Amino acid sequence: MATVPGVAQPRPTPSALAATRILLYRNYLSYRAAWYIFLTGFLEPVFYLFSIGVGVGRLIDSFEFNGETIGYAAFVAPGMLAASAMNGAVLDSTFNFFFKLKFEKLYDQILATPMSTLDVARGELAWSLLRGGIYSFGFLGVMAGMGLVSSWWAVLALPATLLVGFAFAGAAMALTTYMRSWQDFEYVSLATMPMFLFSATFFPVTAFPGVLRWLVEATPLYRSVVLCRELTTGALSWDSAVSVVYLVAMGVVGLLVARRRLDALLLT
Amino acid sequence: MISAVGLRKAFGDFEAVRGIDVEVRRGEAFGFLGPNGAGKSSTMRMIAAVSPVTSGSLRILGRDPAEDGPAIRARLGVCPQEDTLDTELTVRDNLVVYGRYFGIPRSEVARRADELLEFVQLAERGKAKVESLSGGMKRRLTIARSLINRPDLLLLDEPTTGLDPQARHVLWDRLFRLKQQGVTLVLTTHYMDEAEQLCDRLVVMDKGLIVAEGSPLELIRGHSTREVAELRFGVGEHEALAAKVEDLGERVEVLPDRLLVYSDDGEEVIARVHERGLSPVAVLVRRSTLEDVFLRLTGRTLVD
Repeated sequence: MATVPGVAQPRPTPSALAATRILLYRNYLSYRAAWYIFLTGFLEPVFYLFSIGVGVGRLIDSFEFNGETIGYAAFVAPGMLAASAMNGAVLDSTFNFFFKLKFEKLYDQILATPMSTLDVARGELAWSLLRGGIYSFGFLGVMAGMGLVSSWWAVLALPATLLVGFAFAGAAMALTTYMRSWQDFEYVSLATMPMFLFSATFFPVTAFPGVLRWLVEATPLYRSVVLCRELTTGALSWDSAVSVVYLVAMGVVGLLVARRRLDALLLT
Repeated sequence: MISAVGLRKAFGDFEAVRGIDVEVRRGEAFGFLGPNGAGKSSTMRMIAAVSPVTSGSLRILGRDPAEDGPAIRARLGVCPQEDTLDTELTVRDNLVVYGRYFGIPRSEVARRADELLEFVQLAERGKAKVESLSGGMKRRLTIARSLINRPDLLLLDEPTTGLDPQARHVLWDRLFRLKQQGVTLVLTTHYMDEAEQLCDRLVVMDKGLIVAEGSPLELIRGHSTREVAELRFGVGEHEALAAKVEDLGERVEVLPDRLLVYSDDGEEVIARVHERGLSPVAVLVRRSTLEDVFLRLTGRTLVD
């Protein structure tokens, strides 16, 4: 086609990686003015660790876990680590994602450019991971500082929390695309609150009888807690491998469903 | 630039666009005119390569949107009906980030953002939050944003709806400048004056179909008389009086608040009305506009 003065010729469109980076940059800009919102998400599990792990832990002598004796705080801390990764991921992938999708119409803007729904889903997921990762990194630091880490395996706890974030962010994004109003977000706390309290976070799963135990072991937070706890205490078992497969699958399915749903909602 | 043949768009059982043929040439300003629900926005979304075509063929910039969506969108500027600005970012960051979605390098996008803020007279508001802008400013920012990738084709969906007259004229001026720079403009509107001001060629849409096509002047010549006499009588009298003036012009339209008599000589019509002993509360002779064309073609006024 002939060149018209003052009109640019086509440019190469952003690669998948560049597209992700741009969305991260956009989200960084929007949070720059409200960094303190970041802080509350980090402090929550820290407070739990002090209150339950250290405070309540005083009443408990010691603990047998995977054949090793550990302090109660060392038992609770990895649970909080996994929970904070979950919280960080779910916050962004539910409320913020919904706001951008339905109210700010951010994705309508983005889809008018060469970016695709997959770019959007991937970019937002990456952001959730980054946020969750920062929380986890900080929390791991607190754990190490308090002497609650007893194995070099703990180095892998950071990537493990990213995996936890990936799984929860993917699933939360997919489910959020089905939400109609803010009222529907009650379901989010309805799902995360019991998981937070009962997924072997504060007491071992052996406390549950039969079917109930089986049910708890099937929840994603339980899989995450097991993974983090085995890494920070160095007592690894096949349970961790199961968790990794479980969480990868959850994240991938979530991402793909989210992408399809964005297609259906926005490209009409 | 755009070539559509038998283009259709259905949402479930509802057919928003029912088979239209459109040809937009490089460098022209092309308008889609029609009342709300005529299928203008659905058509625009298909052209913007964000809405799959139900049937028929559509080529944009020589490409098929189903296959080359990203490549097409890379060369389009889109100004949607509602301002979809990024309310979490500042005015200038709206441009910068949007430009980055196109993969434009950071330094280049920064330069363009400053240029465009100047162009739409928002240079002083660069650091402001989007919410603090007035409606007209937001619209101008949306237009600036749509230009960040130096588009070949600019799509404007009701660019001036909801703006005050002052803001509309500023916008028209900017759009006119773009047209002079060779940017092809495609716009929808339900304002006649806007269509007359901006469009070289336009189609009138109604109920998902194109009912007329041509330049504003061609449409007025082809579908209306040279002049129109507007007669305003008392409330509720118009329907009954229409029969008494029917023979004075080529045709008569009854509106809720006035009668329109179409004739090449409006003054003559007024004189004859008075001769017949009728005394309208107010009279006006004016030239035919696109509004009259629209009334003729669709049987109603535009903004209903």
